[in-house]
Amino acid sequence: MTWLPNAAIDRLRDVADFPIPATERYEILEPIARGGMGTVYRGRDRELERTVAVKVLSAVVERPDVAARMQQEARILAGLEHPGIVPIYDLGVLEDGRMFYVMKLVSGPRLDEHAAQRPLFERLRLFTRICEPVAFAHAHGVVHRDLKPDNIMIGAFGEVMVMDWGVAQVSEMGNCSGQIANCGEQLSAVVGTRAYMPPEQAHGEVVDARADVFALGGILHFLLTGTAPDASVMRGPRPLQAICRKARAGTPAARYPDVASLAADVDRFLAAEPVMALPETIADRMIRVGRKNRVAIAIVVTYLVFRYLIAMLAA
Amino acid sequence: MDLPATRHSILEAVRSGDATVRRDGYGTMVAVYWKPVYKYLRLKWNLAEEEAKDATQDFFARAIEKRFFDAYDPGKARFRTFLRVCLDRFLANERKASTRLKRGGGQTIVPLDFENAEGELRQHDIAVAPDLDDYFHAEWIRSLCALAVDDLREEYRQAGKKQELRVFERYDLEAPAEGMAITYGDVARECGVAVSDVTNYLFAARRAFRRLLLERLRSVCGDAREFEAEARHLLRGGLR
Repeated sequence: MTWLPNAAIDRLRDVADFPIPATERYEILEPIARGGMGTVYRGRDRELERTVAVKVLSAVVERPDVAARMQQEARILAGLEHPGIVPIYDLGVLEDGRMFYVMKLVSGPRLDEHAAQRPLFERLRLFTRICEPVAFAHAHGVVHRDLKPDNIMIGAFGEVMVMDWGVAQVSEMGNCSGQIANCGEQLSAVVGTRAYMPPEQAHGEVVDARADVFALGGILHFLLTGTAPDASVMRGPRPLQAICRKARAGTPAARYPDVASLAADVDRFLAAEPVMALPETIADRMIRVGRKNRVAIAIVVTYLVFRYLIAMLAA
Repeated sequence: MDLPATRHSILEAVRSGDATVRRDGYGTMVAVYWKPVYKYLRLKWNLAEEEAKDATQDFFARAIEKRFFDAYDPGKARFRTFLRVCLDRFLANERKASTRLKRGGGQTIVPLDFENAEGELRQHDIAVAPDLDDYFHAEWIRSLCALAVDDLREEYRQAGKKQELRVFERYDLEAPAEGMAITYGDVARECGVAVSDVTNYLFAARRAFRRLLLERLRSVCGDAREFEAEARHLLRGGLR
């Protein structure tokens, strides 16, 4: 048997996986990212003469039921027309039988790269924009199941794009208000990223839209602290901490019922209104009212101080 | 190396009632696993060279004789994990019973080039103290790739594609091994072919290599699910 040094092994493993489309239409250039289910390559659509992203599903899928499910998912995701969801242009098969999607190529930083230097207000506005495409997908029966800062990109004009729907779960009912039935066999019992994954998903149980609510709670934690939820303790204003805790509750029933409710609570905080996640104490109320009316309070306090000084001078 | 025209999965092969199929199955398995097993025994169990040779032969011979692998259940573990557990158990039992490790009793299915494996250990591996799980896995991948390269060489030799093979070896095997960044133009000059030929030859050879590698992999997996998972891990899309 030939002795192969590590460098040759690395090269062989790479070239053996390089995708070769069965059609002449797409030219695959170089790998740009790796997702939960496959690798994304920069590609070129020769017919329309545009640069695209080609996501090739990982390695080999031999079970026909899994291939059919993946195809079905691609079709449903292609139907999710939302500015915050990367559009799928085409679906194809490589020479070796692997499936690929052709998508819009999005360039820009990921959320984790973008958010670091932004003020809190801006980060929270960003968060509510992330919620929009997720809520839209839920309304169409799709749960993302792998939401995390790495899977969110910020476009050139500040637009939010939720990426990597490769492990999304699609309901047969067309909405996510109830539990989602698995359409056929899952690719693996547990998919997703541990730090952002709710317990029911980690245990390989059936999930619903509240699994994404949990992950969004993790993203909110990340936006407040700069670290993953399992890597640091919660920081930031108490109402936001409460929102995070409610979103990331261990049982789905204790979480926000849907993404819109979570986003609405963050909006309430931004509007200096009481949030649903935190019963307000008198001190909380004073702080909140103070924050909301700080200009008026500053004017009144300035007026009173001047009155006092004038009175003192007159005396 | 002679290979069966159609490779059965290990599970099918070792459970087959047909002695020829069973023997082919074990032959395929030994070809892929003997080097990782030998090196693992040298490093984890600290066996001396001769002792490790005997233990490797004896382990496979005993596995065939006692049909160790009939108990393999793809639903519980990957085959390579199962085999390593069998190996550890085998060695532990041997030591416990204080029985001297015996040679394979003439049941060697493929010739095992221990000198070569020992040379690899001395040259590349023995200086480091690796995580042995990772090490076994890395050696398993090395064996699979090396066998697939041998298969490709044999296939191309039979097809008379000497030039095509040379281009593949130069660009995808030798250049990375030497740490050289060479271009298609360099290879074209060295091999006396056009640059477009280099592109075409590499395209075809890589496709053939992928097919042969996956055939090898399929032959050592218990079922489709294990094969898919192992293939996902083995092929990694060009990203570290």
